[in-house]
Amino acid sequence: MIKITDLQAKIDDKEILKGLNLEVKPGEIHAIMGPNGAGKSTLASVLAGREDYEITGGSVDFQGTDLLDMNTEERAREGLFLAFQYPVEIPGVSNINFLRTAINEIREHKKKDPISAKDFMAMVREKSALVELDSKLASRSVNEGFSGGEKKRNEIFQMAMLEPKLAILDETDSGLDIDALRIVANGVNTLKSDKNATIVITHYQRLLDYIVPDFVHVLYDGKIVKTGGKELALELEEKGYDWIKEELAN
Amino acid sequence: MSAYTEEELAKDLEGQEYKFGFTTDIKSDQAPKGLNEDIIRFISAKKEEPEWMLQNRLEAFAIWKEMKEPDWAHVKYEKPNFQDIIYYSAPNQTKKYESWDDVDPEMKETMKKLGISMEEQKRLTGTNVAVDFVMDSVSVATSFKSKLKELGIIFCSFSEAVQDHPELVREHMGTVVPTKDNFYAALNSAVFTDGSFCYIPKGVRCPMELSTYFRINEGGTGQFERTLVVADEGSYVSYLEGCTAPQRDENQLHAAVVELVAKDNAEIKYSTVQNWYPGDKNGLGGIFNFVTKRGICGYRSKISWTQVETGSAVTWKYPSCILKGDYSVGEFYSVAVTNNYQQADTGTKMIHLGKNTKSTIISKGISAGESHNSYRGLVQINKNAHNARNFSQCDSLLMNDTCGAHTFPYIECKNSSAKIEHEATTSKIGEDQIFYCLQRGISEEKAIGLIVNGYCKEVLNQLPMEFAVEAQKLLSISLEGSVG
Amino acid sequence: MAVIEQKKTGLNSSTIWNQLSETELRIDSQDKEMALRVLNNTPMPTTRTEAWKYTRVSKLGKIEFSNQGAQLTSIDKYIIDESGTRLVFINGHLSEEFSSEEFQDELNITLLSQGEELAPSILNLDDEIFHSLNTAFLTDGVQIEIADNANVERTIQIIHILKGESVISNFKTIIKAGKSSQANIIQGFFAEGEGKSNFCNSTSEIFVGENAALTVDKVQYENESTFHISTEQVQQEKNSVFTINTSTLNGGLVRNNINIDVNGENCVSHMNGVYLLKNKQHVDNHTVMNHKVAHCDSHELYKGVIDDKATAVFNGKVYVRPDAQKINAFQSNGNVLLSDDASVYSKPELEIYADDVKCSHGSTTGQLDEEAIFYLQARGLSKKSAHKLMVSAFIGEALDMTKNENARAFIDNLLLERFGWDF
Repeated sequence: MIKITDLQAKIDDKEILKGLNLEVKPGEIHAIMGPNGAGKSTLASVLAGREDYEITGGSVDFQGTDLLDMNTEERAREGLFLAFQYPVEIPGVSNINFLRTAINEIREHKKKDPISAKDFMAMVREKSALVELDSKLASRSVNEGFSGGEKKRNEIFQMAMLEPKLAILDETDSGLDIDALRIVANGVNTLKSDKNATIVITHYQRLLDYIVPDFVHVLYDGKIVKTGGKELALELEEKGYDWIKEELAN
Repeated sequence: MSAYTEEELAKDLEGQEYKFGFTTDIKSDQAPKGLNEDIIRFISAKKEEPEWMLQNRLEAFAIWKEMKEPDWAHVKYEKPNFQDIIYYSAPNQTKKYESWDDVDPEMKETMKKLGISMEEQKRLTGTNVAVDFVMDSVSVATSFKSKLKELGIIFCSFSEAVQDHPELVREHMGTVVPTKDNFYAALNSAVFTDGSFCYIPKGVRCPMELSTYFRINEGGTGQFERTLVVADEGSYVSYLEGCTAPQRDENQLHAAVVELVAKDNAEIKYSTVQNWYPGDKNGLGGIFNFVTKRGICGYRSKISWTQVETGSAVTWKYPSCILKGDYSVGEFYSVAVTNNYQQADTGTKMIHLGKNTKSTIISKGISAGESHNSYRGLVQINKNAHNARNFSQCDSLLMNDTCGAHTFPYIECKNSSAKIEHEATTSKIGEDQIFYCLQRGISEEKAIGLIVNGYCKEVLNQLPMEFAVEAQKLLSISLEGSVG
Repeated sequence: MAVIEQKKTGLNSSTIWNQLSETELRIDSQDKEMALRVLNNTPMPTTRTEAWKYTRVSKLGKIEFSNQGAQLTSIDKYIIDESGTRLVFINGHLSEEFSSEEFQDELNITLLSQGEELAPSILNLDDEIFHSLNTAFLTDGVQIEIADNANVERTIQIIHILKGESVISNFKTIIKAGKSSQANIIQGFFAEGEGKSNFCNSTSEIFVGENAALTVDKVQYENESTFHISTEQVQQEKNSVFTINTSTLNGGLVRNNINIDVNGENCVSHMNGVYLLKNKQHVDNHTVMNHKVAHCDSHELYKGVIDDKATAVFNGKVYVRPDAQKINAFQSNGNVLLSDDASVYSKPELEIYADDVKCSHGSTTGQLDEEAIFYLQARGLSKKSAHKLMVSAFIGEALDMTKNENARAFIDNLLLERFGWDF
């Protein structure tokens, strides 16, 4: 699905990613954990194609093509989805209109006809139920006046609508109460198939009780420094990150 | 302009004696270049106007000669040479394209994007070949007309109104925008060629948007347009003006006057989509749009202006409300988009005279390219306007660092019971918002269209449905390639 | 028609300076020439002049002003900050008697009448009658230089007192705040006794050096027959902070022009103003915030309470010049009208030529919240004290911008004296 090799990136002359390697195969869920400032969100932004970051080395292969060669919308149309840590508000633009535009642009890219209004509305009903998103929210402006939990659920709702190949959830769990967390996780789990993959970026082990990862990676100082199974997350939760730092120092 | 004495005029006339002899000249379809009393007599004669109308025009001309072209607006342009303009030309004389192939491909492309039918595209460009279509419209128009007639609604060209309803025209014309109001209003009063007249009788609610009819019949209205809408007591009308299609016009200067009279308990909703030719990418050509629009409100009446301005090289326009009657309401909703080298100086005046009057101003300015977009507005609470309320929100969005956005509100308050709130913001289009859209697979152009339309939602919502859809497309098209 | 050609253009027909003689100060010769040319060729502004749309100055043109010194027995009541040093000018002339004998070491103070030839002015003279009048007929002035790196702890007060009838004082203040210096300068404007039709026409040229922090507190308390027109022309260099707080508590016709040019990056500018008006007072605050370079902030807050037949005018303009990116400019003007005969004209303007900016302005005009007043009355307050409380709550935000405690106490005292308002 995606293969990241020796990825290096900087922002304003500050190196953030310093040779990151990661491979994700279809059907897998990978969790990336790490202390503040390790480069977790940078990784998400770089993969999505945010222009503030300068790629200084390495490569990213996404389904056989060079991801870094594509612009943001091409990556999205090829099936890369980023659930934002801070979903932005777009006043006056309804969620529905926004999604319909996105779906039709993706369909156009795939040389398919635009979705019919009837099919689209049926899809909205089905997918909004999945994340228990009030259908009223679907007709409100994108993220405007949404609570923190609603914004995150809306991200998963969009993910369900756009049916990506690879979803990157950037701190989707931060600031969520346990109910919202359960709903978000439930959405992610339902959407899981052997054809798609998910990268979960998180700070806390808590989310991983609900979304069970196949692999857990520790991102520290711009590199993946440790990889393990689900139990690594528990260990991190218990001991913090200091032991990793120590291990590295030795 | 220096004072022009009668002596000088006499001298002028000596030199050109009977050059425009009315008896012969009336047959000509076009007046010669320039402006003088004879030209005005020519226009009036062409239109077979009654004597009082001719006198109105001559009076206006005398006033105009004494006036100076205003220069306070935040726009720069070469002042028109008023002697170099043809003030009358019969409708069939406007320039037409020889064939569909001659029409500017860029313009064709824009119309295609707007989803305008081929027939209408041809009609709008003046490639007047689709006879069926025209025939068809006439029948549609006629069916509208009979329906309106049943209700006693008068809706016709201004010239027809002068002939058929002189008493109504005489009673109201110039009562809202007096001839001496400003330089261009005076000019218009002297030389206006045609326009629309609308009268809604007491207690009648006009059942349809007065748009379709207008768009079919008045597509090529000339450069000095005159519109008068009178809503009698307790009546309602929604009036749509303009067209979303790009209007190529050979006339550089447009100076229209629109007067609205809302009598007690009446309501007028006046919507405009203005998309005159804005000039090319380098700022060459384009229309000067100097418009005076004003309405007067009676007791408990309401006038609501909505405008979407995307065209013209230079726009100078302030649709205003005189809130004379107690409890009257004035509203102004505006979206003005400027791109390339366009300049717009637009806004409104809310003159509160009556008690418990209320006004709302929502203005959204979007600047791109090298353009300049200014909001200029006046909120005036007069001494006897007890409990007047005003709320103004003026937002400007900048698309790049070469354009300008300016806000010039004038707030004048002479009554202590008034409440006035004015807010203005200026900011750049949100990069985060664009990125969010891109990440969902939406192209940058579409993303900008979405965001801008969202930004203008409060205003677009005021437009009648079918107009709103076209206006949205128009906004996106106007901003193509605008992000720096 | 045989109409007498009365030249109404230019002050040349005006009586403002008939009794005055050209300044003996050594001002820049080009400035002087320009000033005289402007005075001879420029008509007195009318309400058709955009910058004077809401303020009539025609009255000024009908008065024959003169200038002479005057004596006072005491100036105690005009001392704003007891702890600071002071320069006292009566009708524009230095009063050695009442001025401090010694000044802070970090300061270099020179009277313009005793100093070297002045450098060209940074004031705009073209079309500016009052700047030109000030220049051509300059009575005197003072230059205060603050040494680099100086932290001037005590305030410096420049106290102006007008005394007599139809007296004009054309005064110029030049402040040069050196690199990384810090200082608080107070300008006080007063009128002695029943002085009639006096005219204070003051200009200030203020240079805020790199990394300097300069605060100017301006207290205006002349009388209701006084004319006051003043301009502060400010130049800010990089990393500097400039604050000006204008409190207008009395005066007949008051026009304050504050023009700030920000020439260097990373500057902060604050303009605050408070105006309380009654009877037939007319107060006009005109500000121009000119952001010429990137990465700067400006904050502007003007609040006023207008009673009786008084008129308040606020015209605040913010320019963001091309390429001056990353500017945050905020402007707010609030007015409360206490009487049906009071008027307010508010004109907040933005002219933005750069895109990555955040600019906003707000203007509100209204009255005291009747509900709140009723609530206070229900809690036992008299209507009068309820009003006072509400006024102070409204204006307090802007009043609090004067951080100098002594100056603030002085202002509070004047408010009590003139309006009976206790803050």
